[in-house]
Amino acid sequence: MSEVRYTDQHEWIRLDGDEATVGITKYAAESLGDVVFVELPPLAKTVTAGGEAAVVESVKAASDIYSPAGGTVSAANPDLEAAPSKVNEDPEGAGWFFKLKSVNTDDFAKLMDAAAYAKFVESL
Amino acid sequence: MTDENLRRTPLYALHLELGGKMVPFAGYEMPVQYPAGVLKEHLHTREKAGLFDVSHMGQGFLAGDTAALERVTPADVAGLKDGMQRYGLLLGDQGTILDDFMFSRLAGEPDLYLVVNAGTKEADFDYIGAKLKGAAAITPRFDRALLALQGPAAAAALERHSPGISDLTFMQVKRTTVAGAPAIISRTGYTGEDGFEISVEAADADRVARALLAEPEVLPIGLGARDSLRLEAGLCLYGHDIDDTVNPAEAGLMWSIGKRRKDARDFPAGEKIMAGGFAKKLVGIRPDGRAPAREGTEIADKSGKVIGKVTSGGFGPSLNAPLAMGYVETAFAAAGTPIDLLVRGKALPATVSSMPFVPHNYRRPQK
Repeated sequence: MSEVRYTDQHEWIRLDGDEATVGITKYAAESLGDVVFVELPPLAKTVTAGGEAAVVESVKAASDIYSPAGGTVSAANPDLEAAPSKVNEDPEGAGWFFKLKSVNTDDFAKLMDAAAYAKFVESL
Repeated sequence: MTDENLRRTPLYALHLELGGKMVPFAGYEMPVQYPAGVLKEHLHTREKAGLFDVSHMGQGFLAGDTAALERVTPADVAGLKDGMQRYGLLLGDQGTILDDFMFSRLAGEPDLYLVVNAGTKEADFDYIGAKLKGAAAITPRFDRALLALQGPAAAAALERHSPGISDLTFMQVKRTTVAGAPAIISRTGYTGEDGFEISVEAADADRVARALLAEPEVLPIGLGARDSLRLEAGLCLYGHDIDDTVNPAEAGLMWSIGKRRKDARDFPAGEKIMAGGFAKKLVGIRPDGRAPAREGTEIADKSGKVIGKVTSGGFGPSLNAPLAMGYVETAFAAAGTPIDLLVRGKALPATVSSMPFVPHNYRRPQK
């Protein structure tokens, strides 16, 4: 059973058992434009909810990506170095950024579900 | 999000209709990109042709003793021939750069036609007016629209609406018509590509833009791609790569000073600028990796000592790599010098590079 939640900074986090995958939403990818570089966190780095975890660079600008929940980085998407455009092509799938272990489930529980996030995006 | 204090160009409605993402720029609401996006717009301009709205830039005419403009620019104004445009720097009394601009001598006309940057246009014309008082007078024409049609297919597309225009060569300018509207057209631009800048009355701008956009080669291009195109072409952006803290020697713009002017040193701080020996120099930079270094990034030597700062930086879609410009201490200015860029606390290796990063593709006269 996996469950996806969203932040008001337009990151998504999918919890599968004890591991979570993090990326940016379609809305974020479209706002950023063509992604040309992604800086991912090092393995074993401890991240906190709302803390800087990655940087995504479009042709125009650099944007910080915040971790939706606390945890320890267990993987970084190896495909993004050679093909950062995957973030635009499939932001909520193949364009994932990093995975977390020891996920803080209290952080996770506070995030928006898909319906709430859709409503949030509509309000922007 | 709109700000009622921002000005709009005569093409504002067209930008919205085309899906332009409007942002504040130099006091105007301008399209940073259209639905195609910066990357595609950039590549399309290099491959075919792109139409840019640059109506925010300041146009005007200088009447009287136009050679008196040499009081404030080191460019050769007196020697500019009929039907030619030239690049010039507007210098303050200390020889630092107040703006860069284009000036044209239209065939058979006594006045000089000027185009200056948007963010500085009022100050520029006030300054020129004051410095040339009694000799020449500026008439601003901020109401006129200015379009740039750039790219290898620009001449073919424009020819259909302005027959004979493709006979112009790089830096030539003339009065003609486009889609029936009176226009001043020069074979210039700021992308490194062949192309034209087209000045028309505001009332004609929308119709002319639509006629050009109807050509199969032409896409509308926003400010985002304009910036990446000019950076790849190694062209300075005022307020970033050049400003009133640097002089033409530091900025690598000595080529814009006419030979007669260099010999006479008769421009602001002429002796000092010609003597050279300045501590810093504007250079091109190629990061060795994939991470772009943005404006403001510190530049260090290999021992970690800070030797300068990036003034423009990003990703070059045609280069398919990051690129930057910045000032470094003169000892590090030679092409090939290894340096580091301090990006988010990390020293990323980079190399000082010659410019342009992407070769210019101008239509120079056949020799």
